[in-house]
Formats: sequence, structure tokens, C-alpha cells
Amino acid sequence: MTQRPIDAALARDFGLSEEEYARALAIMGRALTLAELGVFSVMWSEHCSYKSSRNFLRQLPTKAPWVIHGPGENAGVVEIGHGLACVFKMESHNHPSFIEPYQGAATGVGGILRDVFTMGARPIANLNALRFGDPRHPVTRRIVDGVVRGIGGYGNCVGVPTVGGEINFHPAFNGNPLVNAMTVGVAPIDRIFLSAAAGVGNPVVYVGSKTGRDGIHGATMASAEFGRDAEEKRPTVQVGDPFTEKLLIEACLELMRTDAIVAIQDMGAAGLTSSSVEMAGKGGVGIDLDLDAVPQRETGMSAYEMLLSESQERMLMVLRPERAEAARAIFEKWQLDFAVIGRITDTGRFVARHQGRVEADIPLAPLADQAPLYQRPTAEGTKPAELPAARVENRWGLAEALERLLGCPDLCSRAWVWEQYDSTIGGQTVKRPGAADAAVVRIEGQAMALALTTDCTPRYCAADPEAGGRQAVAEAWRNLTATGARPLAVTDNLNFGNPEKPEVMGSFAAAIRGMASACEALNFPVVSGNVSLYNETEGRPILPTPAIGGVGVIDDAAAAVGIALGPWLDLVLVGQSRGWLGQSLWLREIAGREDGAPPPVDLAAERAAGDFVRGLILNGTVRACHDVADGGLLVAVAEMAMAGNVGVRLSTGPREVPGHAYWFGEDQGRYLLAVPEAASVVRAAEAAGVAAVRIGHSGGADLTLPDGGTISVVRLRAAHEAFFPAFMGS
Amino acid sequence: MKPGIVLFPGINRERDMAIALERAFGHAPRMVWHTETDLGDLDLLVLPGGFSYGDYLRCGAMAAQAPVMGAVRAHVARGGYVLGVCNGFQILTEAALLPGALLRNAGLRFISADCHLRVERTDTAFTAHWQPGAVFRAPMAHGDGNYFADAATLDRLEGENLVAFRYATAGGEVTAAANRNGSARAIAGILSPNLRVLGLMPHPEDLVDRLLGGEDGAPLFTALAAA
Repeated sequence: MTQRPIDAALARDFGLSEEEYARALAIMGRALTLAELGVFSVMWSEHCSYKSSRNFLRQLPTKAPWVIHGPGENAGVVEIGHGLACVFKMESHNHPSFIEPYQGAATGVGGILRDVFTMGARPIANLNALRFGDPRHPVTRRIVDGVVRGIGGYGNCVGVPTVGGEINFHPAFNGNPLVNAMTVGVAPIDRIFLSAAAGVGNPVVYVGSKTGRDGIHGATMASAEFGRDAEEKRPTVQVGDPFTEKLLIEACLELMRTDAIVAIQDMGAAGLTSSSVEMAGKGGVGIDLDLDAVPQRETGMSAYEMLLSESQERMLMVLRPERAEAARAIFEKWQLDFAVIGRITDTGRFVARHQGRVEADIPLAPLADQAPLYQRPTAEGTKPAELPAARVENRWGLAEALERLLGCPDLCSRAWVWEQYDSTIGGQTVKRPGAADAAVVRIEGQAMALALTTDCTPRYCAADPEAGGRQAVAEAWRNLTATGARPLAVTDNLNFGNPEKPEVMGSFAAAIRGMASACEALNFPVVSGNVSLYNETEGRPILPTPAIGGVGVIDDAAAAVGIALGPWLDLVLVGQSRGWLGQSLWLREIAGREDGAPPPVDLAAERAAGDFVRGLILNGTVRACHDVADGGLLVAVAEMAMAGNVGVRLSTGPREVPGHAYWFGEDQGRYLLAVPEAASVVRAAEAAGVAAVRIGHSGGADLTLPDGGTISVVRLRAAHEAFFPAFMGS
Repeated sequence: MKPGIVLFPGINRERDMAIALERAFGHAPRMVWHTETDLGDLDLLVLPGGFSYGDYLRCGAMAAQAPVMGAVRAHVARGGYVLGVCNGFQILTEAALLPGALLRNAGLRFISADCHLRVERTDTAFTAHWQPGAVFRAPMAHGDGNYFADAATLDRLEGENLVAFRYATAGGEVTAAANRNGSARAIAGILSPNLRVLGLMPHPEDLVDRLLGGEDGAPLFTALAAA
């Protein structure tokens, strides 16, 4: 490889366009070395530079009084009270997870953990949003198995509970699954660590695992489509070591209790290159690296390989010189490598030396300022027409349709998956996976808890990306609200196809617009995120998937409610039901159609309903609460009944809406509340200008349906729990 | 009784254990680093859960060779109390302080779920706060919890009444379905002949708070605090 001439052809193989390569040459004013070409290609990759997405991301609201650090840092930081901050982010590991599902998913978890503890936060929870191909596709099972094992293998060992997430299946993900991992941490508000380097002469310190030849050019791989040769890209996937990560967490947090650290950043995508370039660039200083001092796992590594390696579990720090030896002692106690590999300079240049030679010498300002930024052409598709419920034939009884829906891959029980993730470690998990609409994790030593969720409905986004983007944010806000939490902020993981295709960029632009409108209306700003483009295989893009990670706070963890229904309670439906069947799961799974417009979100009604529900939860009126989402009202009722192991007798729906549309429509902004007595709740809702109606009463062991059908909760549960064990079992 | 928690690199349930101990004892346990060789006046050593040294060799095998284990052995020889939970139980078997071994779960997958444990004897310092025949719930979270020993060892454990807990249904019935990791004779926890060393796989320390789902695990710690 090193034998090839450093020219436009090699630059193209590294992912740089001819124009980008010419720009690099102009900045340098001379021929590039191999190491320099490597630096330019990874720093200007889509993955690191956001060159296609930056123009659009600016539209997202990022501010609120509680936001301490928005996008641009390693993770978002929001104030949660009692002198504490919540630090969180979601990030994709899609491409690696297709090539090597176990390590791809495992290192995705490891990478996002580092983004959070590098800011000084102890990670307290992990979530993951997963999209897989058609269960009938031959590789889906292998990918599900590897991804689930990888997430568990890393998260369980590193000792951070995996408390939530979501899973969808769709043929559009056959060749390109999505693995979006989210980590949430907590830090003292006055002990947040940033990445901007400072202090000429200060030592640059490398800690963690040794550098090997794994993951070289991973960032470039993540910025290209897959062809038939995807398997050959396996060497670009990194290998995770959760044991070392655990030691690294403890060592870094121990060091962070001192005043030794000036700046710190993890070595993630593009490894040593991006961490050192970004730290020096943000600080407006220069950096001089001595690559001979880099701890190496293999012999004979070149400068190019060391700069581009994505070996895991490594951090780069700038330390106060007088504290360096104390810092070394901490890392030695944790049996981790600690090496001074460079100095901060005042040259404004990135310099890497190896074996007596300068292998790279690049001015930092133009590397950042002249990074490509594209206003990609966009073409937005026509929005599908609404699908009136009356135009959809119904031949199925409610019980029959419900049983089939509860067993379908997108709605069935995820217990098979959750049971491979340690959700209780840390001793603070108040609501485990499946127990509530959002996971609830108490903060050690405090009464308060965080509510956490990930949400997106890709089929809505495919039909209408703007409506889908809006719905994803609204659903995250709703899921947090349904536990009693006050939604605070969002991290987003925008997964789309090839941005050079106008229709893909059009869906990206529209999704951002929809998200921005919801973030604005719900006062739910975006504080961190990640864009993953080129999610295509052989020219076919995935469904647009702007996954939303939401974080909320509940001052008293004991006030949080789950979805489990108790006996002898009234069920009250909050929100408007028009019987919206377009893009519903009933339409797809029962009627065999995937069409119509997705359900719109009325943001004013959303906010009013949510604020009303949260108030009722916090004043102790509500025994259980569940938002009405995928599958509609009857599925939500069944989920509450199964969780509480109790039956429900349902009343007849409104006359003006056809029964199947009322019970299975996916109208937005709705909640189901279990309360001792409905009348006062309905009156309070009326006073608040929120629609509310009593729809049934709990008790017994069966669901008694308004069309005369009956089905036992035991039978529902059997249908609900069958899919995953049967799919993955043998 | 003075409790201490032994920390090996890669242990990760030490905070959960410290919370449970502090609730029962009224004071925080001492944290003992794996390189320490003097345990001072500790009466109870707890080896908590986790992945010591990544469990990259057999689970617990590396930790069983750590410098602190000499002091742990001396403590056991003196008749001191030791509680090993999950990885701690694996370490105790690897150190031959308890018999048998913990193999991969029968289904070859990690299991994180609540299980029910039947208390097999209540006349020990660990189990005195349960009623005879009691069943309690505890989260399990392990990939290698399948207890194994040869038939003679199992016969001896049963003959000497050293089985502390068995996997059971909520009603206390030992069934194959309730024994999800496939442990020999549904054994979830065993005692040393002097009843001073207990190893078990599930995590009572993660169920000592009503807010987190119950206090089923609390009797283990209150009994130790009272011993």
C-alpha cells in the first residue's frame, strides 16, 4: 500500500474527491505525504466533517435555560438540579455492525461511553435504537444475534445498565442495519471537561489501550455505500475490550477529581488524528506529536497506520505539567498505558514525527476552515394523500387483529433481547425495560431520577420525512412525559442514504424541518447528535431514520409511573382520536397495505395533553400511564393489561369513527391513564382544554371488546412473546 | 461486624453492594484493593459481581491468583465470613474456597432477569432472617452461572446440608423452567462446611429498595449485620 504513488487516484481510494484533493494540495503548497493524505481524507470524510449535513443541522434549536453545552462538544450537557448535569449523546455504528455484527455493536457502545465520560460524567445508563432487515431475509438472524450479543457483551462487562431502546424490522434494512447507541451520564455541574487544548508546552498524554492496526480508515468506510464487497471491509472494523474500558472509566474519573486535566478527548473515529487535530484546533494552538512514544500493540507500524488506527479504549489529554506524574500514578494503579506523546505548541500546526522524520506537518486553521461544505441539491418527494378510514375494508374482528398485531416483529415482546442486557447493575434502575414508556434511572444518592427513551418511526419518515421527523421528537417527549418526567433535551442520530442523491438529501432536509418544529414547540432542544449517511447497499437506501434520544428529569423517583395496569381502575384516553389508519401497523400487518399519509402531530395539542398528563402523574392521581403509539389504542390497552396481568372491559367507541380505525388508528398526542375514578379526570381535562374520555375498566383475566369479542390476557401474552424465541431460538 | 468489599480490576457491582451493606450495617464498608495484603479487623469480606480481569480466562480464574487472595484465605482459615456474589462466587470456586465450578448458562446466552430462590436452611449467619422454606426474588445477571460439580461433590453438599439456595418458582417448587441457567440440582448458592463462606449467583444486593422493585434481598444483609 505504501508503495503506491500519492496522487489523485490514491486520494480517491481514500474517499477524497478530485476537487477535495486539489484543495488539500493548495493548502499544503507541495506534495502530500501518505500520512498527510490520510489526515486530510479522514478529517474531510463525511463522518468527521459533516460536509453534507452541516448546513441543515443549523436549523435545529439548541438552546434552553438548562442547556450548558449544546452540539460541538463530545456530548450534550444539561442542568438537572442539585448541582448536577446530565451528559448524553447517541451515535451510530451502522456500517461496522453489518460487516461484523458483534464487534460493530460492541465498539459502538464503547465509543459512545467514551464520549460521555470524557466530559467528566459517570455513565449511568445505555440505550440502543436498532433497525434490522426483514426477519425472513437470510442474514437478519445472524445480524440480530451478533448485535444483541455485542451490545450485551460490552455493556454488561463495563458495568453500565442497558435500560431501553427500540427495535424495528423492515426489508429496507436488509443490507444496512442501524445500530444507534446512546449513553447517559451524570457529572457535577462545575466539573465538566472540554476538549479545547491550551497552554504552550503542556504535555499531550495518551492513555488506555495500545494502538494496533485495527479500524484503519473506519471513518472513511463509514462514509461510503456498500457494494458486494462489504465483507472485504472487515479489517476496518475495530475490536472492543470492555475490561480496559471499565478501567479507563475509573482511572479518568479518578483523575478528574484532581485539577490535572486541561483538555481531554477520546480517540474515536479517525483515532489519534481527529482527537489531536480537534483538540488543537478548538484551542487555537498547535500540536507536536512524537509517534515513537505511542504505545503500540504491533511492531513496525508506520506513521500513517498510527495516525489512522481506530483501536478502541484510548484517550488523549492535555495535562498541567506539574500534575503529570500524579496522573501517571493513577493510570499505573489501573494498569493502563500512560505515555507523553507530544506537546502543545504555538505554531498552529499539526506535526507528527516518527523515527526522526516529520511525517505530517499541516496548518490546522485551513484544515478546519477550508473543510468541504456542500449545499447538496435536494428533491422532496410528493407527500402521499390521506387515507380515509372508510376507504379501508375491514374483514377482521378486533380480537383476531389484536392477537396478530401483538405477535408481529415490530410489536412483539422484546424480552428475549432485554434479558441479554444487564439492566439492574448500579442498583438505581427504577423502571426496567418494558416497565414504563421510558426507562427511569435514579441518580445515586439523590431522590431524583432521569427518564430516558429513544424513538423514531421509520415508516412514517419514509412516507413523509417532515411529518416523521416531527413525530419522532414528539413521541420521545410523550414517552418521557408518560413516566411523569419533565422532558429536557434531545440527542439525535440521523441515519440516511447517499447525500449525493437529491431525493435522499430532500428527505434529510424535510426531516430536520419537522424535528426543528417539534423541538421548538415543545421546548426540547437538540444538544448533541450524530449524522450517518451513505446507508445504502447496492444503490438502495434505508428508510430515513432520524432516531431521537430523549432525556427528562423527575424530581422524586418515587412519583414515576409505569404501564402495568392494576385491577379495578378506570382507563381514560387523553387526546383526539380520528381513526388515522395511514401508515399504521394495522394497515401493514392486517390489511397488507403500506400507504397513506402518516399521522400528523398537532404540536399545540401535544403540549397541552402532555402537560396535563404530567400534572396528574405528579399529583398522584395516575396509577399507570402509557402513550398510544404503534398499533394504536387497542394495542396500548393490551400492553397495559399484559404488564399488569389483568383484564379490561372496553366501552364502545364513538359512532363517527369506524371501529377498526378507532381501535387501531395511530393518531398522535394520546395517552392512556389508569385512574381510580374517571369522572374527575375527564372534568379536569375539559377545564384544561384537553380531550379525554373513559374507555373502559380493569378487572378479571380477559379483554372484553366492544365488538363482542373476548380474548384472555394469557392468550395475548402467548402471542406477544412467541416471535423472538421462535425466530432466534434454534 | 465490620464489612469490606474486595475490588479486583473489572469488578462492577461494588457500588450496588456498598449501598446494600450500608443500608443494613448503618455504615459504609471498607473498600479493599486487590493488591492489599492486610485486611485489618474486617469480619466480613464481600467479593462482588463483575468481570474481574475481563473474565478473558475462565471466569474468576485470574482474580483467584490476585495478591489479596492470600489474605482472603487466611481470613477464611480464621473462620471469618466471606460472601461471594456472581463473579465473587466464581472467584471463590476458582480459589477452591468453595467446591464446583460455574459453567456457561445452559442456553449459552447472558441472562438478566429476576429469578426466585428457595432458602434451603435458615440457621446460618447469612440466612437467619428468612423463615424456613422462604422464597425470595433476586435479579440474575450472568453468562456463566451454571453450577457444576461431580456427583460425589453434589451428594456431599446435599448430605452435609450445604446448599443455601435453589432456583425455584415463586411458589417454591424446583422445576427445570425455574432453573434457567441449568445448574446442577438447581443449586444457586452453597456454603462452606463451617457455614462462614457463602457463594451465590443472583444479586440480592440489587433488590433492597422498594422503589427499585422490592426488598426481597435485604434479609441477607440484615442477617449479616445482626450476626
